[in-house]
Amino acid sequence: MTLPTPEALKEFGDQIMAALPQDADRIEIIHGELILWVKREAIVRVSTYLRDDPSCLFKIMLDICGADYPDRPQRFEIVYNFLSMKHNRRIRVKLATDEDSAVPSITGVFSAAGWCERETWDLYGVYFSDNPDLRRILTDYGFEGHPMRKDFPLTGYVEVRYEEKEKRVVYEPVKLKQEFRSFDFLSPWEGMNSVLPGDEKALQPKGPEGKPS
Amino acid sequence: MTDIVTDGEVEAKIKNFTMNFGPQHPAAHGVLRLVVEMDGEIVERADPHIGLLHRGTEKLIEYKTYLQAVPYFDRLDYVSPMCQEHAYALAVEKLLGITPPPRAQYIRVVFSEITRILNHLLNITAFALDVGAITPLLWGFEEREKLMEFYERVSGARLHAAYFRPGGVHQDFPAGLGDDILAFCEAFPKTIANLERLVTENRIFKQRTVDVGIVSAEDAMDWGFSGPMLRGSGVAWDLRRSQPYDAYDQIDFDVPIGKNGDCWDRYLVRMEEMKQSLRIIKQAMAQMPTGPIKVNDRKVAPPPRGEMKQSMEALIHHFKLYTEGYHVPAGETYTAVEAPKGEFAVYLVSDGSNRPYRCHIRAPGFAFLQATDFMSRGHMLADMVAIVGSMDIVFGEIDR
Repeated sequence: MTLPTPEALKEFGDQIMAALPQDADRIEIIHGELILWVKREAIVRVSTYLRDDPSCLFKIMLDICGADYPDRPQRFEIVYNFLSMKHNRRIRVKLATDEDSAVPSITGVFSAAGWCERETWDLYGVYFSDNPDLRRILTDYGFEGHPMRKDFPLTGYVEVRYEEKEKRVVYEPVKLKQEFRSFDFLSPWEGMNSVLPGDEKALQPKGPEGKPS
Repeated sequence: MTDIVTDGEVEAKIKNFTMNFGPQHPAAHGVLRLVVEMDGEIVERADPHIGLLHRGTEKLIEYKTYLQAVPYFDRLDYVSPMCQEHAYALAVEKLLGITPPPRAQYIRVVFSEITRILNHLLNITAFALDVGAITPLLWGFEEREKLMEFYERVSGARLHAAYFRPGGVHQDFPAGLGDDILAFCEAFPKTIANLERLVTENRIFKQRTVDVGIVSAEDAMDWGFSGPMLRGSGVAWDLRRSQPYDAYDQIDFDVPIGKNGDCWDRYLVRMEEMKQSLRIIKQAMAQMPTGPIKVNDRKVAPPPRGEMKQSMEALIHHFKLYTEGYHVPAGETYTAVEAPKGEFAVYLVSDGSNRPYRCHIRAPGFAFLQATDFMSRGHMLADMVAIVGSMDIVFGEIDR
């Protein structure tokens, strides 16, 4: 079975756009993968449509994850991945949100969303309204902060160790034995881009006698 | 709540009690902490607490170059390392717009299937151990050792191979490895037959697994199942068949499915998948062409060591690749492979630098474990062990 062509994806995306004119913003096709941008409030309607419409039948909600883009006005992207086995197709639904606005939960549409939303809440601090059980999931009991945000340091803020005297595990602020090393490798890989003196002559258009004009 | 009635009046009310299962329980398959609410011996509610093995893999990957991120994938699901490298390698290749040479694709297929056998051998035998049979585990580990020797010969490491890399594989087969793999394929069906004779129709095993933890096809889809858990419920879906990657479209194999969706069916599906894996390995070994094993682009794949001794250019490329790494054009992809446990996928976002901007890992076990509550409700506590065993849980990938 071959992958759908970009034209077929475009056509399919336009069809969804036409069916959900109020809810869907735009479609994107990157590397042969269809991305549908939707409005935050509309995600429940969109996912129900994607699950039930005969031309979609995205019966499996594989995954929800967040992504943090601090420069944007709405810094978080929530990414939903759906799979349709009937049509052998995937679709990625995205919406934008920020720290303060809640995203409607789709646990009522797909049971699998429960933990995925918990994970996104835990790691990014995006609140999902109507999720019946929105607790932290991956981090420690009593953890503070949302570690996958770009402004959360890689080392974190607390470290734990076993204290022999007190016979228990204690939490302490992070003490680094060595300064945190952040390597800047963003030097140009291609080497020099500046023009050496004299080289500009090679680029000049040639005059009628074959000499630089 | 149960009322105990003596002489016609309520004497005491016995409350549901809560039990802690794990995180240090041998049947918890690692560090699962299950808080089980029970009414006598019946499970009323199960609340898995995960995250005890959380290492922040996704965050760490954001601080590493694309090549340095490869070994993290071995450490996710540590019983099927290469399949996860496979997903990552395919994702990076998609962003870079490169295709590995044919020989590399076949090598990946062979080692993906070796990994599948490796994984299923552990799961099936540990599952049998959970429900009371010790011998299969010992037999299984003997075979696993042989397979891990193949790992070692090809990559230098028994477990954390870091062998599939963006652009191909790290090294070609050493002399004689192909013959030994084929010899293993000849000998292994006997082990499967022995295991089957010991376990499949075993009365105790069937009593513990048949009609336990039944999942209908609709429920399996609703809970985001994939892999043997989905096929056990009768849904014929295999990414190797429906969305083939690398050389899988050249290879003929069957997709086994279950009928009832109970623990026994999932066991049977995995048994059959091992046989199919042998078929795939044999075909792939027969079809494997000669040629390079990684792309011939020095900006992505390092030059051979011999060339580095001679060529200044090669030395510079080597140095740059292992310090700065390669820059990946901005873009994003969700790339999935059929890992032994199910759909393992990598959602990779690149911003054009030499480090991933975001790397989300979709672990199949995460979805399975989420369904523990729904699958074990109304079952006995002992069935809980069978259900968790049949899910093929490994905490490395769930906690990430």
